[in-house]
Amino acid sequence: MRLINRRETLVLAGAAGAAFMLAPHAAFSAAGDAQALVTKFTGGKTASDGKVTLQMPEIAENGNTVPLTVSIDSPMTKDNYVKRVLIVAEGNPRPEVATFNFSPMSGTAEASTRMRLAKTQNVVAVAEMSDGSFHKVKRQVKVTIGGCGG
Amino acid sequence: MISRREFMQVVAAAGAIYGTSAPWAQLSAQQKITQDDLLAFKPFGNVTIAHLTDIHAQLKPIWFREPSINLGVGAAEGKPPHITGNDFLKYYNITPGSPEAYALSSEGFVALAEQYGRMGGVDRIATVLKHIRSDRPDNTLFLDGGDTWQGSYTSLQTRGADMVEVMNALKPDAMTGHWEFTLGADRVKEIVDELPFSFLGANIFDTEWNEPAFDAVKMFERGGVKIAVIGQAFPYTPIANPRWMIPNWSFGIREEELAKHVAAARAKGAELVILLSHNGFDVDRKVASRISGIDVILCGHTHDALPTPLKVGNTLLVASGSSGKFVSRLDIDVSGGRVRDYRYRLIPIFADVIKPDPEVGNLIDEVRKPHREELKRVIGKTDTLLFRRGNFNGTIDDLICQALLEERDAEIALSPGFRWGPSLLPGQEITVEDLYNACAMTYPTAYRNTMTGKFLKEVLEDVADNLFNPDPYYQQGGDMVRVGGLGYTIDPAKPIGQRISNMTLLKENSPIDPTREYVVAGWASINQNAEGPAIWEVVETYLKAHSPVRVTPNDAVKVVGV
Repeated sequence: MRLINRRETLVLAGAAGAAFMLAPHAAFSAAGDAQALVTKFTGGKTASDGKVTLQMPEIAENGNTVPLTVSIDSPMTKDNYVKRVLIVAEGNPRPEVATFNFSPMSGTAEASTRMRLAKTQNVVAVAEMSDGSFHKVKRQVKVTIGGCGG
Repeated sequence: MISRREFMQVVAAAGAIYGTSAPWAQLSAQQKITQDDLLAFKPFGNVTIAHLTDIHAQLKPIWFREPSINLGVGAAEGKPPHITGNDFLKYYNITPGSPEAYALSSEGFVALAEQYGRMGGVDRIATVLKHIRSDRPDNTLFLDGGDTWQGSYTSLQTRGADMVEVMNALKPDAMTGHWEFTLGADRVKEIVDELPFSFLGANIFDTEWNEPAFDAVKMFERGGVKIAVIGQAFPYTPIANPRWMIPNWSFGIREEELAKHVAAARAKGAELVILLSHNGFDVDRKVASRISGIDVILCGHTHDALPTPLKVGNTLLVASGSSGKFVSRLDIDVSGGRVRDYRYRLIPIFADVIKPDPEVGNLIDEVRKPHREELKRVIGKTDTLLFRRGNFNGTIDDLICQALLEERDAEIALSPGFRWGPSLLPGQEITVEDLYNACAMTYPTAYRNTMTGKFLKEVLEDVADNLFNPDPYYQQGGDMVRVGGLGYTIDPAKPIGQRISNMTLLKENSPIDPTREYVVAGWASINQNAEGPAIWEVVETYLKAHSPVRVTPNDAVKVVGV
């Protein structure tokens, strides 16, 4: 039933034209490292809620390729812009999904990709702003056996 | 059986189901029901919406027992539509034994069914629609919430063509869908391309480029009011039903998209925004609380019939039942770009009271004609009321599970918790039509597999979370999977992984061993490569040896904590 494979690797970067980095698979290998990844990304600073939006299905149609769009409500000017966004899947054996790098040239801070989710879990997006502050959002995605629909 | 029609002539009790215009209890207690009573409605405002949903291909009148157990969780706990039986009657001030009590609750169903007769029939619905349109020629919008093309022998044989033909005669202004998609993408496209009205699905996107796969919104003008109708198909169609049948379409709730459509419709001058929804009631309740600017949500999917709209913020939620039992009429006064007031009536389609529309009646006879002999072929008889609705079990599924256990030589049987499927009264003969009403679908294979005790637990937990997750956006589908040969205890309020306990193999009265493999038979697998006979063959064979059917009350599922 799978179509072509390109959709798994396809990066639908929004109008942003964000630079995209695939997760380095060797770096982390345990689910418990999700928090460590975030801490490393923020340098230990606290990320506050808000500004970051994650668009994902509440329930995945196919855990092997779950679409996500991350966007940050921020100007993208020389003095005030989004620098980077980290996406972490807390329940995956390798929790790092992607890091998107932005610049004022990006226009808007929005990017899309697809990820594999091993099971029901939270997906976290953390954004680093040019002023050194961090913002985050967390959303649960359910991975279900399916069937039985009324 | 006594003649219902004769009985109807002298039937006592209240006449009509009223919404906001008259409290039910005030109705005359000794009034005979007439068509005029059922249709009475003082026109109000400038827009009339007629809503029909989830008829599941029931062209002819049927019996349909509403659920006696329909638990709500989270914000929905103890609120409509999660109130059943006597509690429902009390909540809505309905007299026990009245026509409303029969139509809307499970209380005294068998006795009342004998009194008040069957409900539904698309030819009767046609009569109601004709009346509404003659009452409100320039103001009426007729919207179909979907689950229209599936659920009967003839809809299966004609791949939905019977329903399309008959519904076209009713001239809907728009529809959305769910089970329609189990006809497969090619067939859906073939039908939709020819439909003389809009098939709307704002939440359906192609999987490849994430572009809209269907029209999202249709603008209308009625009574001088600009109206936007946004269609929302069942968000979890590719999860609850076979994804391989619609591989290029992705669904989901897509709240952000919905909010954009509402805002765009307002920007285009819509004074009235209607969501024609197949989300399910609790999802719609949450949508209404989070997206502003929707005036009316016409709810579907969960088959709830509520005598009055439920208001969430400024949004009216209308729930019009299933199987052709009801048509909703909502008259709205719109001025200055907003809803000032409304009148509502959930019109019960008492088949012995509302005259069939001759034209649509003939059309129904015509589409059924090639199948007439097979439809009426008797394959058994039931001594027990056969019904499906309920969170945990129903006698139809108990019967199906027994057939699976015996005919497929299994230790455990699983039957999906569908909400569609009419009821059969004690003493009634079971025909091919009745059998297919309970199982007509495009993936009917009755599989036989082995599953470990651990996996069975995971299945039950998974399905339970899809029903009882406190956040409705994470509820995926139907009622709890029905089980045969297996007992369990469920605590719906617990989180996933902790709801199910005391799983027992009934034939040995032994606890389910997580490591042991059990022979499991089931049907309606969403996997493409299931093997086995169709479920209707299994049940028909079983009926040959076990008619008349007697289904004993199912006490193998114990519900705790509620």
